[in-house]
Amino acid sequence: MAEMLEVSGITKRFGGLVAVNNVSFSVREKEILSVIGPNGAGKSTLFKLISSFLRPTTGEVRLKGERISGLAPHIAARRGVVRTFQETTIFKNMSVRDNVIIAHHLRSKASLFGFFLGTGTAKADEAAFGQSADEILALLGLSSLANETARNLPHGHLRALGIAIGLATNPSILLLDEPFAGMNHDETMRMVEMVRRLRERGLTILLVEHDMPAVMKISDRLVVLNFGQKIAEGTPSEIQANEKVIEAYLGSEDEAIGL
Amino acid sequence: MTVNRNIKIAAVVAFLAIVFVAVPAAISSSGRFDLYYTLTSVALLSIASAGVWLTFYIGRINIGQGAYALMGGYVSAILVMNHGWSFWLTLPVAGLFCAAASVLIGLPILRLRGVYFAMVTLVLTEVARLLALALPITNGAKGIVSIPLPGALSIFGLTIIPDFATLQNSRLAFYLLAVTLMVVCFAVMYRLVNSRIGKLCQSLQQNEELASSIGVNIAWLRVIAYAVSSFFGGVSGAIFAAISQSIYPSSFTVTDSVNFMLNCFLGGLGYVFGPMLGTLVLYFGWDLLFQTGQFQLLIYSGLMIVLMLVLPNGLLSLAETTRKKG
Repeated sequence: MAEMLEVSGITKRFGGLVAVNNVSFSVREKEILSVIGPNGAGKSTLFKLISSFLRPTTGEVRLKGERISGLAPHIAARRGVVRTFQETTIFKNMSVRDNVIIAHHLRSKASLFGFFLGTGTAKADEAAFGQSADEILALLGLSSLANETARNLPHGHLRALGIAIGLATNPSILLLDEPFAGMNHDETMRMVEMVRRLRERGLTILLVEHDMPAVMKISDRLVVLNFGQKIAEGTPSEIQANEKVIEAYLGSEDEAIGL
Repeated sequence: MTVNRNIKIAAVVAFLAIVFVAVPAAISSSGRFDLYYTLTSVALLSIASAGVWLTFYIGRINIGQGAYALMGGYVSAILVMNHGWSFWLTLPVAGLFCAAASVLIGLPILRLRGVYFAMVTLVLTEVARLLALALPITNGAKGIVSIPLPGALSIFGLTIIPDFATLQNSRLAFYLLAVTLMVVCFAVMYRLVNSRIGKLCQSLQQNEELASSIGVNIAWLRVIAYAVSSFFGGVSGAIFAAISQSIYPSSFTVTDSVNFMLNCFLGGLGYVFGPMLGTLVLYFGWDLLFQTGQFQLLIYSGLMIVLMLVLPNGLLSLAETTRKKG
């Protein structure tokens, strides 16, 4: 399988603190790869580096061979690297459907001025976005809530909406920031199913996560961080047997890594 | 859908009939020609307020519109007085000059949010006033006076607008000019807000990080909105200079900047026509309270506070609630 995303020798320093230290790995096409690690391991920083929300001190991120690190976030999104957010980051005062429609921004063929004038291209864009938004909402089981104001959604649906927004940009790789955080067992299982369905549609997925059982269930491969360094990489069974990983999670190893 | 559309068209036609026919007719029959000046001011102030409203719409509290109104006034006055330009040409030039200046100013300051942006824009008005006092071209505190009235505007030998100095009633002419521009300004705003651009602006207002994650060039969009806003400020300032035939450093001060913002608050930040209604109510409200003498400011501020507490979404939110109930 071809490599979709390549992280090579990436380091991020905040003053004297090295949050991410010389981490390299790659994500293959149509793969689900998870980055895990104890609290403070540098997962979130790595996530922001890959989505270009942070600029690496050294090292680089490449998408299909093209360098994307150091670009502005909206340019990285344009190239096909799109992230979701950990917290319930949505456009609160818009309807669910409008949230998804606006996220089609990158697909628009008409210019802003074209939208102002209401040209034929702009109208065609609007129609296409509406249709695509309805499909995405159906895929994520949000159709019945399409006209609800986003801020009124219950927690689980909010996260699904976050993913719907990400999907609408038509990314090459979707980065999910702790998609299972704060969910109960049933919700987690539903989300696992949802992520699998996305992969079946041909999407490559990188996720950063805390919830070990879910991660073990869903991932093709895992990358384990500890104190900013990569300590292991491999399939779920390889990771579960890895001594360094067990050591990093010492104290609660059995439960935490899902043994 | 079509019923809704018909209602909208009827509302627009009614509005145009009122401002272009009914108001001039009522004024000429009552003989209260001073009202022309008042209503012209309202129209112009509402254009500047519309600009402020647009910056609110991208999530920025703008207390600096006075700076651009002052800038627009000076640009027009200097071009007319020192370079002999026609007023009609200076009008768009003043707007574009302000828009260009606002791009340069906006690029760094639009990165700030909330109260920080508000503070910087507040200072901007004061900076503009001090600059007008200090620069040689603006003639300091003496200002620029005896600016000639707008001349005739003709295209291909066809006179579209007559020379204002030859008119018997230049007040009416200024009124029609201001109201026409106001109509154009709000038509543009309405279209902006109801097209995809409006949605993009809302996305900025609600969550800039998310907006950039879906590929919106937030820095660029912010600057565009701010430039449009300042263009409106500059145009309205230029006409003010032409009406009063003078411009001074104190023509637009921090108080004016604050008033532009209050107009938006009062009318409603969620409604395109909010600044228009807000300006009208605030302007006449202030005048009505004149009879209360020394208590004018006290009652005025008290009322504003109460209104903001009771109607945080502005006067136009009243119309919405009644429509929902009905």
